[in-house]
Amino acid sequence: MDMTQYIPVLLTKYNYWVYITLMMIGLWAMIAKNNLIKKIIGMSIFQTAIILFYVSIGAKYGATIPILSHGHGGAHEAAVRAVDYINPLPHVLMLTAIVVSVATLGVALALSIRIHRRYRTLEEDEILSQLREQ
Amino acid sequence: MSEHFPALLVIGPLLAALVISIAGWLRPRLCLPLAFIGVGVAALAATGLLVQVLASGPMGYRLGGWDPPWGIYYFVDQLNAVVAAVVAWVALVNLVASHQAIKADYDGKQGPFYTLYVLAVTGLLGMVATGDAFNLYVLLEIASLTGYALIGMGSSRAPMSSLNYLFLGTIGASFYLLGVGYLYIVTGSLNMADLATLLPPLYGSLAVMAAFAIILVGLWMKMAFFPLHAWLPNAYSQAPGPAASLLAPLMTKVMVYVMIRMMLSVFTVDFIAMQALLQQFIVWLAVAAIVAGALFALTQRDLKRMLAFIVVSEVGYMVGGAWLGNRLGMTGAVLHLVNDAVMTFCVFLAAGCIFHKVRGTAFEDLQGLFKKMPWTMAALAAGALAIIGVPPTCGFFSKWYLIRGAIDAGQWVFVVGLLFSSLVNVVLFFRLFEIAFFEPMAEGHGHGGHGHAPAVALAEAPLSMLLPLIAAALGLVALGLATGPLVKYVITPILPAGLV
Amino acid sequence: MKLLSLALVILVGGLFIAATADFPHWGDPASPASRHVSPRYIEKTMEETSVPNIVTAVLADYRGYDTMFETAVVFTAGVACFLLLRRRDPRPEPKRVYRHVATGVIVEMKQEPAKEPSPSVFARIDDDWVPHDLIIMNVCRLLIPFIQLFGLYVIAHGHHSPGGGFQGGVILGASIILLALSWDLRTAMNRMAETATGLMSAVGVFIYAGVGALCLAMGANFLDYSSLGPLMFVDPIHARSLGIFFVELGVGLAVMATMVLIYKNLASEGHLDQGL
Repeated sequence: MDMTQYIPVLLTKYNYWVYITLMMIGLWAMIAKNNLIKKIIGMSIFQTAIILFYVSIGAKYGATIPILSHGHGGAHEAAVRAVDYINPLPHVLMLTAIVVSVATLGVALALSIRIHRRYRTLEEDEILSQLREQ
Repeated sequence: MSEHFPALLVIGPLLAALVISIAGWLRPRLCLPLAFIGVGVAALAATGLLVQVLASGPMGYRLGGWDPPWGIYYFVDQLNAVVAAVVAWVALVNLVASHQAIKADYDGKQGPFYTLYVLAVTGLLGMVATGDAFNLYVLLEIASLTGYALIGMGSSRAPMSSLNYLFLGTIGASFYLLGVGYLYIVTGSLNMADLATLLPPLYGSLAVMAAFAIILVGLWMKMAFFPLHAWLPNAYSQAPGPAASLLAPLMTKVMVYVMIRMMLSVFTVDFIAMQALLQQFIVWLAVAAIVAGALFALTQRDLKRMLAFIVVSEVGYMVGGAWLGNRLGMTGAVLHLVNDAVMTFCVFLAAGCIFHKVRGTAFEDLQGLFKKMPWTMAALAAGALAIIGVPPTCGFFSKWYLIRGAIDAGQWVFVVGLLFSSLVNVVLFFRLFEIAFFEPMAEGHGHGGHGHAPAVALAEAPLSMLLPLIAAALGLVALGLATGPLVKYVITPILPAGLV
Repeated sequence: MKLLSLALVILVGGLFIAATADFPHWGDPASPASRHVSPRYIEKTMEETSVPNIVTAVLADYRGYDTMFETAVVFTAGVACFLLLRRRDPRPEPKRVYRHVATGVIVEMKQEPAKEPSPSVFARIDDDWVPHDLIIMNVCRLLIPFIQLFGLYVIAHGHHSPGGGFQGGVILGASIILLALSWDLRTAMNRMAETATGLMSAVGVFIYAGVGALCLAMGANFLDYSSLGPLMFVDPIHARSLGIFFVELGVGLAVMATMVLIYKNLASEGHLDQGL
């Protein structure tokens, strides 16, 4: 098998692969860990990896941040070329996604505090055994 | 004014929710009237929108004044309009029915409770009306977060059920987001109509297939499609009554609507027709959902848990019907979406009434209820007949379309599954009514010395809960009788020409 | 169970990675995402909204409707935490621990005092008190006003530099949380009362939705800021720039208040008396 044909693929797409790997780490933590806080941390990792995935879509080789440097002075003279600035849309979308993930984190922690109040533990197997005893 | 209906549909409840929150801190007594105003504006806007779309065809709305795909675009055709109308009216009737229970159980926290209630309605209506894939994600998260909090306020086991729902729901929503991301990478657009024009050249590519699969799995998690349904029975049975009768009828149905919208308007029927293997797999999975839901419901000893498993079964009907791949099947799925919202609402509201008076919904608590709460049990019986599928209730007509669609597509397993679950529903509900008809044995022995039968005190639910419940039960029959016009004027126009 | 989920996760990850086969290369300026919708944002933002920060213009104007709901999500999280956690019943057996301000001596009162001692003489502290740390408390006390100034700068300068309502709001909220961490929660509670926090959270989102409703009242579509031009005596382009500014203010207010509200409820488990 000629593995060298995969090297260009790896070099140009490794960003997507890294973020998918991060996503899977977060997903595994959410499913497999026993402690509720570790599951919540896994959820955070999962959502952050999706955010990074989106942001990497907007990158452009050799372009700068999407803020017009000559603002109100020279903007009308120099033509703005789209190829000089990175794509702003994924950044906008991910501002929303970051806020949504923080909000979900807040609600998850509030629920965890209520669970801890009731069961005095945050380990899922101990909670399930307490539920079964009832 | 009427051209702003798509915006008013969502903005009305949003502004009302904010004012309710402010009132909750300053003047708590205003919270309930404000909630009525908010959901009422939504219901009126939805009705106006439905009338307008039926009269003059689909309408769009450019938010911020920008044209799509640069701005966000709301697109309302007959499908959106009817689902929005059902959602808004069920939410309003539920508010009328539940305000007494909310006052009794959550006094002192009415401000936040009503805020979250109206925000949930906002999120659901926004999901129905939008024509932008990313906007749908944001509104999905609003509806979900309010759902997690409302469910978490229930019994002592509710926070754990809600946290499990949160984990699975977040995975589902994130998968949807990832799928939209894959679509964005290969097309560069987020607007649904724009995607439908950009995707056809790319149908063979792996990225589009993967995007479709990821979005589908994400939506299945949120609509509790077997085997991703594990969160639903616990969440909806532990939730407080007002929250259960809002979320159980509406949340899963709106997610099924989103799936149908994705299938018909983003990935058109041409794409679906290319996936014959996937189609067959999903129909089998739907049959598994129907049968599993029915069998699990048989083993339950609590009314609300039994109803929650019936919801899982109903989702199987709708997903299977949509994926049958023919007009009759899709008609049946959309018709069942509308009907099931009202059916589920009726039975969950009846369960809420029972809980309000008896303080429990286990089968032991239901003994003798036919004498004590005759009107509630009559409405529950009407809902049961609809779920079983007895004419002239609406449940019969949607099942009829689904069976015809299945026969047409040659999916006999689906037909068998539908009939099996109808039989199981008969067993479930008649067993329930048998328990409710006979009084507990102990009372009978105690009164043996008297010469007359003991008079059972009538402990009916309060009128504010009873009247909406009876309205919902009558609505089931009205919807059934309106099936003809519904199919002709609402569903048939939206079915694309490529669907046979 | 762990092995099964590991296998499932590896399978799913493998499928996702396989699907990236026909993605454009990382950083490709000719990718579909860079050629379709976004060039208009980059090229036309200055002439259509007169805001040099393209991300702010897209966030608050072109896709402003999304941002309004994003602010509503933040608000929802605050209300949800309040609903789930807030309890007004006092803690079981609260200890009353005071610090004598002049000498630094810690005293515990065994019984309920007839009259609450004056806070300038005996300051009430948490019952799991840590020693009074001079350096941390005073350094933070000096830094917090500058942090808040920076937060306001980030909100106001969002048109020209990276920033905007969310970022500035979080910085402002963090300044209050820093006060709660370096001093104690009681001090932060005294600085920002619960009712004010809750009201600010709702008012912030109301400003955003209200600006949109104002546009509706002026006859244009919802959140079409150009219709606000006549109200502010500017042309429609600058009306968009000012409209973006107002909604960013609303967002900053809502985010600050919600961050503080969530922190207070989580740190004190809903009692809002003492905590981290």
